[in-house]
Amino acid sequence: MAATVRGVSSRGSWLTVALLTPTTVWFLVMLVMPLIVVVIFSFGERSPLGGYGGGFTFEQYANLPSRFTAFKNTMTYAPLGTIVCLLIAYPLAYYLAVKVDPRWKLLLLVLVIVPFWTSLLIRTYAWIFILGGRGIPALLEFIGIEGVRLINTPGAVVVGIIYGYLPLMVFPIFVSLEKLDKQFLEASNDLGSTPFRTFLQVTLPLSMPGVATGCMLVFILLMGEFLIPAFLGGGKVFFIGNALVDLFLQSRNWPFGSAVAVTLVVIMLVTVSLYMRFTMGGKTGRDVSIM
Amino acid sequence: MTRKHYDNAPISAEKFMNELWRYKRGSVSRRHFLGVTGLGTAMAVMAAAVPGLAPRKAHAYGEVGDKLIFSTWPNYHNPVNIEEFTANTGVNVQINAFGSNEEMLAKLQAGATGWDVFVPTNYTITNYVALDLIQELDLTRLPNHDPSAQNPLFADPATVNGKVYAVLKNWGTTGFIVNTTNIKSGPKSWKDFFEVTMGEGSGHTIVHDYQLTTIGAALLALGYSFNSIDAGELAAAEKLLIESKPHLFAITSDYQPGMRSGDAWMSICWNGDALQLNTDFPEMEYVIGTDGGEIWSDFYCITKDAPHLEAAYAFVNFMLDPYIQVREFASHGYATGDSRVEAMLPADTANNPILFPAAELMSGLEFGAAQTLTDPIRAEVLARFKSA
Repeated sequence: MAATVRGVSSRGSWLTVALLTPTTVWFLVMLVMPLIVVVIFSFGERSPLGGYGGGFTFEQYANLPSRFTAFKNTMTYAPLGTIVCLLIAYPLAYYLAVKVDPRWKLLLLVLVIVPFWTSLLIRTYAWIFILGGRGIPALLEFIGIEGVRLINTPGAVVVGIIYGYLPLMVFPIFVSLEKLDKQFLEASNDLGSTPFRTFLQVTLPLSMPGVATGCMLVFILLMGEFLIPAFLGGGKVFFIGNALVDLFLQSRNWPFGSAVAVTLVVIMLVTVSLYMRFTMGGKTGRDVSIM
Repeated sequence: MTRKHYDNAPISAEKFMNELWRYKRGSVSRRHFLGVTGLGTAMAVMAAAVPGLAPRKAHAYGEVGDKLIFSTWPNYHNPVNIEEFTANTGVNVQINAFGSNEEMLAKLQAGATGWDVFVPTNYTITNYVALDLIQELDLTRLPNHDPSAQNPLFADPATVNGKVYAVLKNWGTTGFIVNTTNIKSGPKSWKDFFEVTMGEGSGHTIVHDYQLTTIGAALLALGYSFNSIDAGELAAAEKLLIESKPHLFAITSDYQPGMRSGDAWMSICWNGDALQLNTDFPEMEYVIGTDGGEIWSDFYCITKDAPHLEAAYAFVNFMLDPYIQVREFASHGYATGDSRVEAMLPADTANNPILFPAAELMSGLEFGAAQTLTDPIRAEVLARFKSA
């Protein structure tokens, strides 16, 4: 008996090791090691011709205030983009998951996915023409509204963000609403709740895991965004992602770029862990009480 | 722009360019284009006299592989030529377009680009040699290259320490383009450029995402050298740029879409792009600053570790064929500095003020200096300007 148990457990642990090895190796080689390199670079100096020149200095971190605007823009537009995406995505996901005729559900879902079949780069480029002088402003001029400027404004960047990130918000919310047990809604109704109250007290809390996942996905990706501000902001609405591209691909100041990257990672870790404490933590408690 | 001096020419510059665009768009056949512009006759005469000028047959290239990775600038090649190269050799050309020499250098410095051929500008070549990123060219493998036909003013940067690392592609100037429908004050200098940016043209000006030209323009406007690396002068240039930033339409080296859509009224501009814009929109005029500007030449270089070396030589050689160069010119409008090619262009091309500026403007132009490419202050000034 004891021998059997030991046999099972040793086979089990061997299997665990075998199954986890690829992930661990990948994680170490592709994430941990590069991150260590970035941290080391961030304390170095730029070599005369560009790149990493060795040394040990805090100069790069001292220079961070010169990128204040970029940090400020990222920290403004990432939460703003996330919230606007959420406000648009929730009703859409609700409609898709709860209201729509099942016959159309698949088709409508596919329509949400279809944009992913084309590269974000190309789709964002298309927006340059839609928002440019011969696009929507020309239409507006036709109906008498003149001098509207859309492209290369903060508004254009927000439009680009919503367009690019909306599906990432829709799907997690859709999934959590989809698996919502309809009996809860009936129970709420039987107990005399108004539909609005049912939504607030049953549907919304039960869909929180989806909302939290969607927000996290969108927010984290937005923190590193550089394509949309470069294309639709005309290089004038500058995110920290753009500063990084610049430092590595133009001015070739790897140490300062690394310092900016490390700072961004730290900001992200702090923000995301605070966010998880407030959303995920609360949600788990409620989930348990409902079950 | 006055064009009186064209009136007696066999074909006016305007008409030539119109025909050229019609041909480029595919509205007319090559035969029509060559006939109406006189290029066909020139070509036939030249080809008869110099058999080497006839387009190469496929077999001339032999087996050179099936792939080539080529990094260059936007709007800088005739797609017909690239297709013909592929048809002749079976080599598929993958093209990457860049916005600045610094971006190219950054990619090459990071390593493992897989590039075979790329198009750097005069002031970068000594740096590439110092960093061991490009290889010395074996000119015997480039029979279409004729050193005696090259204008030394433009071709000289190709030779470093007595070794040839590059062959001349095109040369040109950096000035600015103005849409005269929207901007009436007729800016003539870089000083005017920044005044108009912050005044009449507020919200409608583009500057390049490129340290050399954008910082250079600000330096010229302040009366300094285009190539200055003096910390005080650069600080003044940074101040001017940051001051003008709220008035800019965009910071991008891909300025044609903005100009064409009518959103932008003025942009720092390379003269071939100016010719392209001026041909389609005659109200767009090219200005070389009375306070200076850049004169430059671009080259074909082969990277040190080019994975498709055979194809690289075949491609560069193909592109140096004078006939192919004429077709390149037809597409991008940049002068070649190759006397064989210039002889094949209509006589009045030499009088085109966008291509060949007046002597007094020309004398104020500066070649980019090697130290601007690697100067850390210039790099940081541009980065700070963009992130401001």
